[in-house]
Amino acid sequence: MAGINLDDSVMTTRLDSVINWARRNSLWPLPFGTACCAIEFMSMMASRYDFSRFGAEALRFSPRQSDMLLVLGTVTNKQAPVLRQIYAQMAEPKWVVAVGVCASSGGMYRTYATLQGIDRVVPVDVYVPGCPPRPETMIHGVMELQKKISRESLSARKEHIERFYQSMARQEELQRAKGLTSYQVVREMVLEAGAAGGQQIW
Amino acid sequence: MVIERIEAQLPGAILEHHAFRGDETIIVAGARFLEVVDLIFGEGYQLLLDVTAVDLETPEYRFEVVYHWLNLASQARLRIKVPLAEGAAQPSLVSRFKSADWAEREVYDLFGIPFEGHPNLTRLLMWEDFPGHPLRKDFPLDGGDLFCSQDIGASFAPEARSLNA
Repeated sequence: MAGINLDDSVMTTRLDSVINWARRNSLWPLPFGTACCAIEFMSMMASRYDFSRFGAEALRFSPRQSDMLLVLGTVTNKQAPVLRQIYAQMAEPKWVVAVGVCASSGGMYRTYATLQGIDRVVPVDVYVPGCPPRPETMIHGVMELQKKISRESLSARKEHIERFYQSMARQEELQRAKGLTSYQVVREMVLEAGAAGGQQIW
Repeated sequence: MVIERIEAQLPGAILEHHAFRGDETIIVAGARFLEVVDLIFGEGYQLLLDVTAVDLETPEYRFEVVYHWLNLASQARLRIKVPLAEGAAQPSLVSRFKSADWAEREVYDLFGIPFEGHPNLTRLLMWEDFPGHPLRKDFPLDGGDLFCSQDIGASFAPEARSLNA
């Protein structure tokens, strides 16, 4: 049998890198817009900045159909359990971008109502600074996320998300066992993490 | 003018009144508040736009409950302020104005002013078990709650205090 010359129709690579190549170039964003960052986000999606150039133009407003959570704005303590539930419902693998100072650290709102950084309740991959950040900054943040995705291993991402599910299961168990509201349990878990010197509950 | 007509029909009900750029404000004693409300309703002030309050921290009375009315016929506006001592209740206007429902719940939530006769006086904005009433002047900005302070790990110590304490 004659040999077949494959030339350059075949290339060798690692599974991680080829899957991550696909993942990073087809992110499906879920905008969790709560403040002015969401207004900048609209500009980022529109024709002038045209976010579809980065393969992430398919916005989905259902967590089941998206894999990149963009938290655009201030998140209150009352919303913290809601944000956790939305993140839990998203399709795997999933990533979180905290856009703006409010989502990243509470920003200027050091008050009774504001969650001091969403990284206390959900795992964040990229923090975008600014109040609000310009569309270029947000695009830069997502480009950094794309770089991060291309570097990560599939099993590490899976374990990362699994850790969050464990904290979610613990939250639900505490809610049932103590008959508390989701807000109370998230608060208790953050205080407990703080007593142990930590900053997050996942 | 509506103020003169109120004074003619309910002498002594208006403690004080002033106007700023055409917007009339009257200050009414709590005991005569409902009489005045019924009278101005007849005058055409039939849209209750907002109910809010101010924490004055004065020794005589702590709060001022503020009502904004719009006269739909003449487009005139009227603001009524009612001084209220701490712990005292204000009569609810829900049976007269549907729009008072959530507005009164908000005032109850943020100032802790009870409204007598409100059908569902529960918190509107803050979560159910939130401690305190955040728009009171003596309420610390971070709620005195370590959960709300910036560095929960570093400041989680017995001596950790609110910035406003």
